[in-house]
Amino acid sequence: MSVSSPVEALAASAPEEGAPIGIGARRVVRLPPVGVLVAGTVLVLIVLAALVPQLLARQDALAVDLHHVLAAPSGRHWLGTDENGRDVYTRLVYGAHTSLWLGFGAVAIGLVVGSVLGVAAGLGARWLDLVLMRLVDVGLAFPEILLALVVIAVLGGGTANALIAIGVAGIPSYARLVRAQTLTLRRAQFVESARALGVSRVGVVVRHVVPNAVRPVVVLATIGVGTAAVAGAALSFLGLGTPPPDPEWGSMLSTARNYVGNAWWYSVFPGLAITLLVCSTTVVGRHLQRRLEGRRA
Amino acid sequence: MALALTTRPARRHPLVRHALVRVATGVLVIWGAATLTFLTIHIMPGDPVQAIVGGENAAPTAAVLAQVRRQYGFDQPLVVQYARYLGGLLRGDLGVSYQMHQPVSVVIGQQLGATVQLAVAAGAVAIGLALVVALLTANRRRAVRSTASGAELILASTPSFWLGLLLLAAFSYGLHWFPSIGNRGPASLVLPTVMIALPIAAVVSQVLRTALEDALEQPFIVTARARGLGEAAVRVGHALRHALTPLVTMAGFVVGGLFGGAVIAESLFSRQGLGRILLTAVTSQDMPVVLGIVLLSAAVYVVVNIVVDLLYPIIDPRLKGAVA
Repeated sequence: MSVSSPVEALAASAPEEGAPIGIGARRVVRLPPVGVLVAGTVLVLIVLAALVPQLLARQDALAVDLHHVLAAPSGRHWLGTDENGRDVYTRLVYGAHTSLWLGFGAVAIGLVVGSVLGVAAGLGARWLDLVLMRLVDVGLAFPEILLALVVIAVLGGGTANALIAIGVAGIPSYARLVRAQTLTLRRAQFVESARALGVSRVGVVVRHVVPNAVRPVVVLATIGVGTAAVAGAALSFLGLGTPPPDPEWGSMLSTARNYVGNAWWYSVFPGLAITLLVCSTTVVGRHLQRRLEGRRA
Repeated sequence: MALALTTRPARRHPLVRHALVRVATGVLVIWGAATLTFLTIHIMPGDPVQAIVGGENAAPTAAVLAQVRRQYGFDQPLVVQYARYLGGLLRGDLGVSYQMHQPVSVVIGQQLGATVQLAVAAGAVAIGLALVVALLTANRRRAVRSTASGAELILASTPSFWLGLLLLAAFSYGLHWFPSIGNRGPASLVLPTVMIALPIAAVVSQVLRTALEDALEQPFIVTARARGLGEAAVRVGHALRHALTPLVTMAGFVVGGLFGGAVIAESLFSRQGLGRILLTAVTSQDMPVVLGIVLLSAAVYVVVNIVVDLLYPIIDPRLKGAVA
């Protein structure tokens, strides 16, 4: 199977962690590695910023202060100010909401629609599988970012449309993953046992096949939240996502490119925020993936 | 994926048969993609004729509208339009741009060179870098591997547009080594190439190192070492070939990354190219241009995947049996 989506690529490239392979590497109850703890903490902070930004930033994200335009980082403005004198730190904190909303929303669309299609293809009639999978092949032939651009061209820009665009672009790869899972489960012993014990077809599908087929994909979707957020920021950077003056990391960088020469803080910190988010979701996602595989083995 | 397609005993040479099946599936996928793009034009909210005569604010007369409608064939039944569209595609005709009033194929032809140049350069740098890093760090000391995989994680997580911005700040505005905009001369190619290549290289080298480490555990490596081969010869001559199979499965990811990277790089560095045209077309809802470029990229993607698929048995001769 070929790797086409960024999510699969990031997941496929996971290096093994912890103790070296061999005797003594048996799993015991232990704390997750330091990297995972750090990543988890960063994620908690970003989620906190998205839910209760007032807790982390006291200033107003939209307050213009023309006396302190493009001011360097200081005690008053930790990460400096932008071209309108707005506090960069405050805008970063308030921007977490849009990024996470994009990330989770887009993944939810891809995951839900992809799972329905994948389970239908994996369990349905042969012709249904054939039709759905050829459609998925067509979808996978378009690089995700281009598919998202087509959706934007049809629907127009803005945060909500960017979310839909990235979500739709992700459907084919989730569908393929869920189908692959469903196919292996179809012949799994516990599924056949459940049937033999007299559980109805629908009961087996709902209680046994779907949860077990979707679970590993949900773990993969953790990484997807980060890549979807970055795709959303990219669309905003290109002027197709969240419009100004709303605080959003990608659109902040888009404006910041006009001040690259004279206000380094303006283009450094929003990018750092995005990178931290993607790093953290990747580390946590890979860790969950490894634990899931460890339990199965 | 393709292996399952050819399970029946083959009369022809298995590889030829495999190739034919792959090409046929590829043609089907491109046909599906073309159908999808055709449907997209026609489910668009708003009248394409209105877009052609100058957007929502223009007030053309009914006669003008009717003439444009006839000229672009929008007065025909959908099936006829579909047949014309497919027929046109076979002759390389992708329709006419709403905004530029030029054939899309001409528009693409003018911009293709700049983007191909950028994508090929970035692809070569990405793969080359990944090969070097993976070969140097596979199965090395823990500190070396941790440093490499940490750096790869950060680079793979870095949004390319931010990386581009940092490169601009450091090497263009700071050190004045490279121009900040345009596509004049090889120097202008350096920063956009690095910007696209680094995140791709980071992901690919992780996969490659895992594959190399797996290969270095194999018995044939012990044999090679027993024959007295040096470490470099073992890695490049024996382990690398074994590790290439996982690498070629990444081809789709690499192609997608190159396309996406080109769109952003051309915007950030104000370069000519398909990405910039695509972006303008998306903003102005110039659908024939958007879909023409997207269809072209899908075709490239399908062709690359077919080529890669046909390369498998050549890279790894053990797969010849599996294909048949």
